[in-house]
Amino acid sequence: MSILGTRVLRTEDPRFLTRGGVYVEDLVDERLTGAVHVFFLRSPVAHARISNIDTSAALEAPGVVAVFTGADLADLPPIPPTGPMQPAMQERQLATDKVRFVGEPVAAVVVEDPYQGEDALELVGVDYDVLPAVLGYDPGDDTLLFEDAGTNVAGWWGKPEELKPDLFDGCEVVVSQTIVNQRVAPAPMESRGAAAVWGEDGRLTAWIPNQGAQGLKGALARMLAVESDQVRVITPDVGGGFGAKFGADPEYVVVSWIARALGRPARWSETRYENLIGMTHGRAQQHTITIGGSRDGDVQAYRLEIVQDAGAYVRAGGFLPMLTRLMTSGPYDIPRAESVAKVVVTSTTPIGAYRGAGRPEASAALDRAIDLFAAEAGLDPADVRRKNLLPKFTEPHRTAFGALYDTGDYITGLQRALDAAGYADLRKEQAERRARGDVRQLGIGLSSYVEITGMGEGEGSGPNENASVEVHPDGTATILTGTSPHGQGHETAWAMIASEELGIPVEKITLKWGDTDLIPQGGGTGGSRSLQLGGSAVQQASQELIEEARQRAAAQLEANPADLVFDKSRTAFNVAGDPDAVVPLTQLAEQERLLIRTVFTGPGATFPFGTHVAVAEVDIETGKPTLLRVVTVDDAGVVLNPLLAEGQRHGGIGQGAAQAMVEEVVYDEEGNPLTASFADYPFVSATELPSFELVDSETPTTYNPLGVKGIGEAGSIGSTPAVQNAIIDAVAHLGVRHIDMPVTSRRVWQAIQAAQHRQEPPARTENA
Amino acid sequence: MTRIELAVNGEKRSDEVEPRLLLVHYLREVLGLRATNVGCDTTSCGACTVLLDGKSVKSCTVLAVQASGQEVTTTEGLTRDGELHPVQAAFRQNHGLQCGFCTPGMVMATVGLLAENPHPTEAEARQGLEGNFCRCTGYHNIIRAVLAAADTLEGAGE
Repeated sequence: MSILGTRVLRTEDPRFLTRGGVYVEDLVDERLTGAVHVFFLRSPVAHARISNIDTSAALEAPGVVAVFTGADLADLPPIPPTGPMQPAMQERQLATDKVRFVGEPVAAVVVEDPYQGEDALELVGVDYDVLPAVLGYDPGDDTLLFEDAGTNVAGWWGKPEELKPDLFDGCEVVVSQTIVNQRVAPAPMESRGAAAVWGEDGRLTAWIPNQGAQGLKGALARMLAVESDQVRVITPDVGGGFGAKFGADPEYVVVSWIARALGRPARWSETRYENLIGMTHGRAQQHTITIGGSRDGDVQAYRLEIVQDAGAYVRAGGFLPMLTRLMTSGPYDIPRAESVAKVVVTSTTPIGAYRGAGRPEASAALDRAIDLFAAEAGLDPADVRRKNLLPKFTEPHRTAFGALYDTGDYITGLQRALDAAGYADLRKEQAERRARGDVRQLGIGLSSYVEITGMGEGEGSGPNENASVEVHPDGTATILTGTSPHGQGHETAWAMIASEELGIPVEKITLKWGDTDLIPQGGGTGGSRSLQLGGSAVQQASQELIEEARQRAAAQLEANPADLVFDKSRTAFNVAGDPDAVVPLTQLAEQERLLIRTVFTGPGATFPFGTHVAVAEVDIETGKPTLLRVVTVDDAGVVLNPLLAEGQRHGGIGQGAAQAMVEEVVYDEEGNPLTASFADYPFVSATELPSFELVDSETPTTYNPLGVKGIGEAGSIGSTPAVQNAIIDAVAHLGVRHIDMPVTSRRVWQAIQAAQHRQEPPARTENA
Repeated sequence: MTRIELAVNGEKRSDEVEPRLLLVHYLREVLGLRATNVGCDTTSCGACTVLLDGKSVKSCTVLAVQASGQEVTTTEGLTRDGELHPVQAAFRQNHGLQCGFCTPGMVMATVGLLAENPHPTEAEARQGLEGNFCRCTGYHNIIRAVLAAADTLEGAGE
């Protein structure tokens, strides 16, 4: 029986449960003996010119080894914006002339003992000539963050002048709404950190919690102006990433630079306060959605206008709206759809990837649009979805935005989710509660989504990943992967794939990753790419290893390779019809290393899809929403290990619901973050979420032999709009059409009041 | 410096510590028990949860000197003869952990919760773990693990 598709318990769990993972903070390594500790002085103001930095008092403080400012780091190149954006919007590793967000590193204080760091930070004197903060999506004022750029608009995806004025001509129903996809904090439980040392051979070894050691290595080498092979990056256990632990953050470069400048190992440990203002935030888009169609529910036209707040510097904010735009029409067949995205800079923490990275924003906009359209036309939102979803397809489908969907069966996904939720009964109960005028009203929210996983590296080259598989003489095996697990369970999953081919039990297979000396190439783990690319590479390497072994075994037995049968139960070849002529893999490995490295290249990205049904209750006297149920179909092709796939879905659903209901990074009008600790940032807890109801669904992709698509982000893509729609639906009969996320008690209450007084909801005062 | 005497995972300890030393730093830096993690600076996340005389506490908000004369248990001390504790086993069986960072604290909070309430409902389990954050699991499988561990412990007559 195949091990694939079974609920194999994680092999990584015993060590996490008994000794704990070894995160960067836990590292004990003799190369780090005598390490200095780096503390970053961060800007307390949102926008200011730095007129002077006085480090003299700090240098006198006990234990202070050195204090570095931007001027000391002049040899480090500025960091250009990501994507085709204003080239003058450059970032420095430590601020030089200006600071542009609260939390921007201004100086690095280096101490012998961590306890001395916080005290010494206070002694660095910085004169800030404070400038007005730049907040919101389109401030329309003349304060510029980058004077050389002459604008706060970093760039565009699509051309606004190409939007068609007649797009909605002929539509019987047209609805438009401006909505906010608010800024949230990725907040992995392990914040960032680093440990770096330069060897006598002039090589840097850097331990950094990251989602992709190889990409980080390249970036560090470029910035530190050394050859790529002079840098070794090791990712220890990583306590969650969610997209925010990709790439060479300025702090990592500075710590590595300091280790070189001082000739001593250096460590950095980020506090949660630093993490909530210094690590990239996610989302931060504003959408103006316009949707039109016939009164009987045929959607004929849709326009999505995006404003991406990139934060103070254009990191992933430069390309995230490109992905949003690519997924504008989602799973629907909309004859006329168009989209344009503007990227702006603001005096806030830079935006980066966060679970879903650009696709949840597209899905949130579209699912709100469908609900607004349904409400305006007086139709059931499930019927509108069913009527407009693309019919099942097994050959790739090209959208008007250029995305090539591999396989999909959206209508079946919708129906299965509705059936599992008991949709008709829910609507009946809703009607009864409304008729009775209950205080606790019921809402049902839907999201039908399609998303992109396993994207390629660039034009012309298909997405790819490498793997090595080696069988050892003692009957164990080792896999090297270019993926970078940080909770996803690759140790178990990759071992299952190899075990299926080699017959070696999972517990005898070891996975190694995240050491660039051992694995120089790799794309890491992000964008839900790992299984379909990295897992496929493990399968391919295992199969190639069997073929290599077959040739060797045939030579040994003086037999025709085609006559050899590989017996997985014995991990050995034998000649068909002659069970005594046996050559085990271990014997071959003893004679000569039995090792295969291979690269799997897929034809393109895959497109998982599904439908989420959320059920929420709202107390209409207080506005308090309670999430009762989330029922989901998340079809990511063939499921390798249901335990792991469900875990990924749960996590995504939880984070999506958190964005819909509670979480938001908030700044005041001067650009001060008001959510800079876990006491202030409303991180979702167990009490705010229900258990989730998962429906199985497997529509294989043809893009890899495993038939798998990515499942890491889907949960957050469907649940965010489903939960938001459910809460709004609970008060829809009171005249409420839209409430921005997070849909908190206060906002629900205000929306009810506004609807009852036939007024618009109060304008949002916070920057979001 | 102040002398503290306590038992950690059943082992008697006597150490000179600075009065300001936090229990979590004592465990991690002095004793090298690094399973217990620090996840925030406001006693909000619970990654540092340990048992102090059988009750769960956040060890980032307890001074090492306050633990003197008491018994501290961390996840390293739960395992007996190489066998996972029923709570640890339930977390594995139910895939109640992913990145592992919140796990030692989550496990200890669960042990503390089940000591106080051996048969929690799902709502009580969620309430009991409100002070322990997890970013990976959406709490779904953690709650499954808590309820399963309660059943196992009942079966074991504890």
